[in-house]
Amino acid sequence: MLSMSLLLPALPEIVLACACMALLMVGVFRGNNVTRSLSWAAVFSLFLVGFILSSIQTGRMTAFGGQFVVDDFAHFMKWLVIIGASLAIIMSINFNEQEGIARFEYPVLILFAALGMFMMVSANDLISLYVGLELQSLALYVVAAFRRDSLKSSEAGLKYFVLGALSSGMLLYGSSLIYGFSGTTNFEGLATLFNGLGSTEPGVGLVVGLVFLIAGLAFKVSAVPFHMWTPDVYEGAPTPVTAFFAVAPKVAAIALFIRVLMGPFGPLIAEWQQVIVLISIASMVLGALAAIWQDNIKRLLAYSSIGHVGYALIGLAAGTEAGIRGILVYMAIYLAMNVGTFCCVLAMRRTGRMVEGITDLAGLARNHPMLALAMAIFMFSMAGIPPLAGFFGKLYIFLAAIEAGLYTLAIIGVLASVVGAYYYLRIIKIMYFEEPAEVFDRTIPREVKFILVGAALFVTFFIIRPGVIVEGAASAARMLLAG
Amino acid sequence: MSDFPILSIVTFLPLVGALAILIIRGDEEVVARNAKATALWTTLITFCLSLMLWTGFDRTSAAFQFVENSPWIESFGINYHMGVDGISVLFVLLSTFLTPICVLASWDAIKVRVKEYMVAFLILETLMVGMFCALDFVLFYIFFEGVLIPMFLIIGVWGGKRRVYAAFKFFLYTLTGSVLMLLAILAIYLQAGTSEIPSLLNFVLPANIQYWLWLAFFASFAVKVPMWPVHTWLPDAHVEAPTAGSVILAGVLLKMGAYGFLRFSVPMLPIASDFFTPLIFALSIIAVIYTSLVALVQLDMKKLIAYSSVAHMGFVTLGIFSLNQQGVTGAIYQMLSHGIVSAALFLCVGVIYDRIHTREIARYGGLAERMPVYAVFFMVFMLASVGLPGTGGFIGEILVLVGLFQVSTWAATLAATGVVLGAAYMLWLYRRVIFGKLSRGDLKSITDMSYREVAVFTPLLVLTIWMGVYPMPFLEIIEVSVANLVEQHKTAMLAAEAISLAGQ
Repeated sequence: MLSMSLLLPALPEIVLACACMALLMVGVFRGNNVTRSLSWAAVFSLFLVGFILSSIQTGRMTAFGGQFVVDDFAHFMKWLVIIGASLAIIMSINFNEQEGIARFEYPVLILFAALGMFMMVSANDLISLYVGLELQSLALYVVAAFRRDSLKSSEAGLKYFVLGALSSGMLLYGSSLIYGFSGTTNFEGLATLFNGLGSTEPGVGLVVGLVFLIAGLAFKVSAVPFHMWTPDVYEGAPTPVTAFFAVAPKVAAIALFIRVLMGPFGPLIAEWQQVIVLISIASMVLGALAAIWQDNIKRLLAYSSIGHVGYALIGLAAGTEAGIRGILVYMAIYLAMNVGTFCCVLAMRRTGRMVEGITDLAGLARNHPMLALAMAIFMFSMAGIPPLAGFFGKLYIFLAAIEAGLYTLAIIGVLASVVGAYYYLRIIKIMYFEEPAEVFDRTIPREVKFILVGAALFVTFFIIRPGVIVEGAASAARMLLAG
Repeated sequence: MSDFPILSIVTFLPLVGALAILIIRGDEEVVARNAKATALWTTLITFCLSLMLWTGFDRTSAAFQFVENSPWIESFGINYHMGVDGISVLFVLLSTFLTPICVLASWDAIKVRVKEYMVAFLILETLMVGMFCALDFVLFYIFFEGVLIPMFLIIGVWGGKRRVYAAFKFFLYTLTGSVLMLLAILAIYLQAGTSEIPSLLNFVLPANIQYWLWLAFFASFAVKVPMWPVHTWLPDAHVEAPTAGSVILAGVLLKMGAYGFLRFSVPMLPIASDFFTPLIFALSIIAVIYTSLVALVQLDMKKLIAYSSVAHMGFVTLGIFSLNQQGVTGAIYQMLSHGIVSAALFLCVGVIYDRIHTREIARYGGLAERMPVYAVFFMVFMLASVGLPGTGGFIGEILVLVGLFQVSTWAATLAATGVVLGAAYMLWLYRRVIFGKLSRGDLKSITDMSYREVAVFTPLLVLTIWMGVYPMPFLEIIEVSVANLVEQHKTAMLAAEAISLAGQ
């Protein structure tokens, strides 16, 4: 008999799934005119899930025959997903209405994507990993093409879908190889097996499978050389969707990356470390260089996110508890910076229409001093200049890299961050040093303003009490490695 | 007394002033006037408070004083730890002294976005003072690099024609150096398990990694000083920055690099410092001679003074790495006097730039006729820059040369030629600008310094002469800490020698 206590660890996911379906039903019967209340209901259910998440948390638990695991690590990442997803919904409410794409499917799809991310974060088996990933991806393909009358948006959705399918294929192929050579898909089973290897080399088949698995995951976090979709999708998708893409799926995919490589494949670190080092370097360098020539703010942020993933992967390459702690801190700060920046992008609107060119920001410091100040804070923070939060993200990452003896990687990383600083500075230059362009509309929706101010305050005042997030990340990292 | 957090107050009071300015509302003129007044009062009060450091400083102790220590990032043992010793306390005073002067000097020169300008300056003051007070490595780095943000904006928004280029160059040059330093800081932290500067000063790092760490620090501090050949950002930044920006850049920011050498490279990495001394000497001597020659051919006044700064900072690095009492004391003294004199020289340029709007030397001549007061002020500062006895510049230079002579006759001889060249370009500049015939039309109606300008220059003049005639009050503060530093260095070298002998 299936006892209720076995389901307890998955209670947040179950509640979330029920909420998705209930909201979907309401939407179907009531139509698009309830979109606004539906969106708020979605946000509410996300926080309800968060509440449940926090109240059932007691150490490490597994469910569904070891397919599903909850621990502090999953807890931390799920909170980031909740925050990212709910902010994406809130940011979209007014935007979608203005753009005439306010349909009830939007919050529902975001919820489904969030559910998929929850599953990814808690996956403890190659199969549950794949199921979570696909649930997330399918929802994301649709929201990318949400503005279906726009050629660009449809193209973005299609491109994302085709390339996403390819990467899922690679992931599956890698998983099947791993299963074929090890005889199990369960992470704990794999871990026992690899630990038993001792100093003997794992078979070639396993290593090939591992590489395919990494390739599939690298696609999801948009690390070089699997990043090609990112700029197009970022540019084509509606801005709140882009904001969502930039945070929640990245967080979930990074979590998955960590969970897989540090968990079952932890003993094989010698096999995958060089691969991660390589894609980390490639992402940082390409993210920094390619962004220099961008004129569209969303494309620029796409390359910036590629660079940021490169930094986060440094922590993974370190393969230590400190490295994971660094990634978690980095992702939390990254989320705040990105959400804030996209709020600024949402405010770039003239006579009711969105503008996305970087030059449209010219002289923003005169026309909208507070908006420009917030944007400047986010840009300096992304460049990693103290005393802003972005600096602390980089600090913990590089601390882990030095501790693990990855000196070359660390040096390339900091130098890439200098190159990256150039294009962040360029935005500040355009806002502060140039003569004002046309004024933006002064109708920033209240919710967006609220998020913007919140993110700016977080980024600015993180320095006063960095402990809160750092301690959380530290305990999450500790538990992941202990489990 | 000991519980009064004087350092935190001096550090963060300007920030409070900046917040106060941010909330000023109203039409532009009123905002500008109030912002200026608030900034001036804040910086003046900060300066008065910082005088408590001067009076309360125990001149017989090399230990850190006015120490504040409270936990900050507990799981890493990183604390909010502030304190000053004889090496840093005078730089705190220099920063708090120069900032109100900068505010006054910008009174009429800055006409657009006055509010933001004052905010940037106040934030800059907080970061500068914090940097000299920080006794935790991470905290130090935050202040050290945070300076880039306000300075970038000051150059970029209120600068001259090529301000964007200059601001980017300044930012990226400095950032490149300091990120490498960050890695070195992290490496030291992991080695020693603490980021507290006082405990790190007594921690012995393995010799083989000292060299790498030293180079990483060098990358950062050499750019900041700036040493040849990474000095090229400085002339650009100086020329394009508004007058007050140049003042603070030359007066305080350049000292950050040399302070870094003194606080970190020399005491924490003694073996590497000893090893790399020839490199520092070579680069410094090239800086002294080469940039003096470059200064000779400059057509732009600010550029000339900028190059002279590079030359003077060459003396400072020579003094620091001669690693004896006279050399290091001289280096610190030279930094202080250069901080005041070069600031004053940039202000002198600013005075005539505000009137004629050009810095081209050839456009001037014969100013002595119309501007006698200005000519006197300019002369004193020019002579102080040359190092004339009776001015602050002399004491620093002579001490550095005495110290250097004990270590390397050659280096001292070559450095001394720099003094001669310095006299050449400064005197020539003075002749071309002040003397000669007053022939140009717009110069005929030029007015002498206003009361506000005299008020700006008088304290600088008094200090320059005081430092030249009666240096004891300053040397007293510096001496004990320097003696301690030199002593520690000697002990460390002896210990290293013993180890290498034992190994053979």
